[in-house]
Amino acid sequence: MTYEELLTRQALADERFIVMTAENRALVRNIHAALGSRFIDTGITEQTMIGAAAGLALRGRIPVVHALASFLTMRAFEFVRTDTGIPNLPVKLSSFIPGFLSDGNGPTHQAIEDIALMRGIPNMTVFAPADEDDLVKMLPDIWNYPAPSYVRINTQKSGYEHTPFELGKAEVISEGTDVTILTYGLLFAQALAAVEILKSEGLSVGLINIRSLKPVDEQAILKAAGNSKLIATLEDHFLTGGLYTIVAEVLLKHQTTAKVLPFALNEKWFKPSLLPKVLQHEGFTGKQIAEKILGYTTNAVQQTIAVPQFSE
Amino acid sequence: MTNTSTIDKQKLQQTALKVREHIVKMATDGGCFVGASLSAADLILYLYSEWLNVGNHNLNDPDRDYLFLSKGHDVPALYGTFAELGLMDKERLKNHLSLDDHIYWHPNTKIPGIEFHSGSLGHLPSVAIGVAMDIKIRGGKNRVVCILGDGELNEGTCWEAVLVANAYKLDNLIFVIDRNQFQANMPTEELIPLEPLHDKFTAFGAAVKRIDGHDFDALHEAFSAYPFETGKLNVVIADTVRGKGLPSIERRADRWFCNFTSAEIESLLKELHGEHVSQLTSETLVVR
Repeated sequence: MTYEELLTRQALADERFIVMTAENRALVRNIHAALGSRFIDTGITEQTMIGAAAGLALRGRIPVVHALASFLTMRAFEFVRTDTGIPNLPVKLSSFIPGFLSDGNGPTHQAIEDIALMRGIPNMTVFAPADEDDLVKMLPDIWNYPAPSYVRINTQKSGYEHTPFELGKAEVISEGTDVTILTYGLLFAQALAAVEILKSEGLSVGLINIRSLKPVDEQAILKAAGNSKLIATLEDHFLTGGLYTIVAEVLLKHQTTAKVLPFALNEKWFKPSLLPKVLQHEGFTGKQIAEKILGYTTNAVQQTIAVPQFSE
Repeated sequence: MTNTSTIDKQKLQQTALKVREHIVKMATDGGCFVGASLSAADLILYLYSEWLNVGNHNLNDPDRDYLFLSKGHDVPALYGTFAELGLMDKERLKNHLSLDDHIYWHPNTKIPGIEFHSGSLGHLPSVAIGVAMDIKIRGGKNRVVCILGDGELNEGTCWEAVLVANAYKLDNLIFVIDRNQFQANMPTEELIPLEPLHDKFTAFGAAVKRIDGHDFDALHEAFSAYPFETGKLNVVIADTVRGKGLPSIERRADRWFCNFTSAEIESLLKELHGEHVSQLTSETLVVR
């Protein structure tokens, strides 16, 4: 099932649902015909769309709103915070091309602080499916949860069949004593490849699909930190405010610690190009991830992520 | 400061054709926003070729004229113009989307001549206001152009900028609207109607001219009248055609971002010269 099919089904079954877009129709191209007046395109007006979504929610609706991730989370940030966060209205944010998925667009379109921004809003919940299968399994619960939600829409196909979703719970793919990779979203597929390489090198490897970043599965993180010699956090996000930060917060909260190797974008935007080239250039292919983990476990020294400079 | 010079229209048309060839050649191996680039090609070429005092001789001179490309996705038209006017090596255009260069779907200042990066709509009207304000404060004579898309006018910041420009009497600033009648997915008038656009800008305090954005004589006549009125923001609404020069994609809502096959590129280059209309099979409705 595709995202659009799922959303159409949900909205047809429940009159409360309104589908909105700030003229980003990639995910909802055919839904207008199915929903009629419950489809609203406000044009390229992210702020007005979010304010209007809040108004619709005041009237008992559940608006599912669409825009490019960077404009949805940054241009409309105050509207999201003030008009959906403060009143705790169930506005559902569907963000298109988050993280590396913006490939050749450049820094204006790179939403790699979206997790940090959205999880900083009281009442907001934050999710990042690993692939289309995960997305379709997660969305019904997210859409029906009585709070504002932010979802990194990811329709990539990894071929992995995920377990049913439980809000606030991570999906433990495997457990391992040498290293556990914690990841979310698009990079799940690269993590799967890295796990295979590491296992072939004789390591005991765990992999966790975090899925729900807020609320986050603290027990899954603590258990991995307790069982593995090394934790690797893997995300197409700035180092600040994403999964690496979440892990640090969870460990501190429970007065424990761990060796953590972060894969993230450290104080930089990524080099714009097509997605496979971006992954290779930034060091996020499964092979590159595995090599870095192997280097760390072999040398037992904290490595820093090499950062070729890119700025405007 | 009326410009009484004449233009070589035939030469401009020949150069515009070469700019369009560059745009088409960039629309493969990943593609680009080809339709919006073709609509803006003539007005960008006119401005750099005939009107703006900016070029290799003064790229860092604070007294140069400025051009801000706020609808940044039409940057292939700007790069094509730069290549034809000698601001950029033509060979460099082959580096589109290469990791070894900085030529991608939106402008950035790693390319000499680009004044500011863009891609998020409705940002550069206000940046251009800041530059125009400083020129006023310093008593400068240089001029500031900001090119906006018509779909971009959905964004509220564009209208805030017109209000502020009016309040500060920025008659050294020109907003040029590439009025190609389309936003990404559909005609503007079918989604968020903009008309009567001339009246809207006038009501906000601007001095407005509306012209055919593919007619070099009309562009020259309009820009020669700068400043349109003392103390008022200048607005040029340039009526254009999305996909101009390629009948097979002109005015087509489904041809915004295009990633053509190499065979299609060969065919489209001939189409630019009026040889035929291409049969296109590559993916439509691509959203980036």
